[in-house]
Amino acid sequence: MDAVVDYDEAIATYDPVMGLEVHVELNTETKMFCGCATEFGAEPNTQTCPVCLGLPGALPVVNAKGVESAIRIGLALNCEIAEWCRFARKNYFYPDMPKNFQTSQYDEPIAFEGYLDVELEDGTPWRVEIERAHMEEDTGKSLHVGGATGRIHGADHSLLDYNRAGIPLIEIVTKPLVGAGERAPEIAKAYVGALRELMRALDVSDARMEQGSMRCDANVSLMPKGAEKFGTRTETKNVNSLRSVERAVRYEITRHAAVLNEGGSILQETRHWHEDTGVTTSGRPKSDADDYRYFPEPDLVPVAPSRELVEQLRATLPEPPAERRKRLQGEWGFSDLEMRDVYNAGAVETIEETIAAGASAAGARKWWTGEIARLANKAGEPFVEFAAQRHVTPKTIAELDGLVTSGRLNDSMARQTLEGVLAGEGTPTEVADARGLELVQDDGALEAAVTKVIEANPDVAQKVRDGKVQAAGALIGQVMKEMKGQADAAKARSIILEQLGQA
Amino acid sequence: MRPMSSLSRDEVAHVAGLARIHLSDEELDTFAGQLDSIVGFVASVNEAAADDIPPMSHPLPLTNVTRPDEVRPSLTADEALSGAPASEQQRFLVPRILSED
Ligand SMILES: [Zn+2]
Repeated sequence: MDAVVDYDEAIATYDPVMGLEVHVELNTETKMFCGCATEFGAEPNTQTCPVCLGLPGALPVVNAKGVESAIRIGLALNCEIAEWCRFARKNYFYPDMPKNFQTSQYDEPIAFEGYLDVELEDGTPWRVEIERAHMEEDTGKSLHVGGATGRIHGADHSLLDYNRAGIPLIEIVTKPLVGAGERAPEIAKAYVGALRELMRALDVSDARMEQGSMRCDANVSLMPKGAEKFGTRTETKNVNSLRSVERAVRYEITRHAAVLNEGGSILQETRHWHEDTGVTTSGRPKSDADDYRYFPEPDLVPVAPSRELVEQLRATLPEPPAERRKRLQGEWGFSDLEMRDVYNAGAVETIEETIAAGASAAGARKWWTGEIARLANKAGEPFVEFAAQRHVTPKTIAELDGLVTSGRLNDSMARQTLEGVLAGEGTPTEVADARGLELVQDDGALEAAVTKVIEANPDVAQKVRDGKVQAAGALIGQVMKEMKGQADAAKARSIILEQLGQA
Repeated sequence: MRPMSSLSRDEVAHVAGLARIHLSDEELDTFAGQLDSIVGFVASVNEAAADDIPPMSHPLPLTNVTRPDEVRPSLTADEALSGAPASEQQRFLVPRILSED
């Protein structure tokens, strides 16, 4: 186990510098250089051909949609688009690439010099400079057999599935992020989150980190506070959730600081993130194997996107996610804080769909970010998955909200109804029917209950009569109890005030 | 322009290592000399190339050769694995991998 220091102490002594490399798997129908399908989860080795297996004599041909998606990503990241660029071979020996090289781009990326403006959790804007976005292909998937399951150490042999080999990837590389200080981990998370949102808005990738269609490698180094020369960096690989990005960067900062405090030096190496223990372990040191002997790919001709094509593609860009959120916030009438909560919970789309299904904006927000996010948090699950697993959809919440706005359920009844829905008892209407949840619409019963409660509480009633209207709260509680919760609290309040001459 | 005798024995040994080719000391001497000659021959192209001629990576003056994003039939798993020395669980079997990534 590596030594670490307290995070605040590390940040007080050192300035962190980050570089983030994000790989995005495109959602094209076919691979980057052959016509094999790209379906996730297909039977092993059923989506391969001579090209993606690297068989002798096979010739690659570029997927036009792959190039277009790369250009659209570049444009959305405010990049320049190359007028002319080539693919290059990145040579290395590892069985995940049967060709013994990966087709990538080297010194001629299709997109370069851009930026992405992101928003931190408290709403602070932060500009992340983009160095480049280039096209390449994904590798196959290895399964290590023998020894501890799935682990490479102690494995007897490995098994390769090349269905993923050749799926188009766009690698997006930031310039060094300096000056982030203590917010470095948060910025890393916000950036990857904003990229994910952008990829989905562009509809170029489903960007699912847990399925590996979006992966982040985080480079971290520390330099003494105020210094200008960057320290030695480590690269933490394949961090597969937003939360892990933040945790991994934070962990590396505390680990580097511990080494540097002892007068040691950081070994330039890759590190592996362990979600369960929250630490990184040493991977592979920088070595000769990193000399990839790049050279221009002789089997592919250059890509030279015409300026007309670039402008055509620019015209297809969606409304930038941040602007879209501003617009939605206005339409929904949410405060800045409310909108930020919605965004940080990852609930913007869900709420949009819920409103489209007929819910009120306030209701949609209340149920998703209040009740469901709270329950998901308690269960320790991401809220979108939490809801999906329990068959709670935007339509479900719209139906629940409708039962409240139509006056059939009050708040606490709606909560009970949701409980039933989450427990798998059926739709909101079915649950409310089965549990007999319905506000008593009979005003006579409510009037009688109020009269009874006022008689039983003469002191409180007198206070209200004397103008202490807030004292009515105690009476409302009693009335609701009298009505076994099946009354509209607002109505109960107005009847109480009426009977006590305060209406 | 690349001068003659530019490829050292050490460079040849380095590249051979990267290519996972084991060369004996004698072979290194032989190949270093031969490869150096080849690099020298190729370098003579530089003499003919004027500054206004961009280097090419492809013999044909083509750009933007692409195909539409339409699925073509793949091999079956049996076909894909037919050339593999060993397979297991419908996957290519390779010897133990020593280090990750
Ligand atoms: Zn293929």
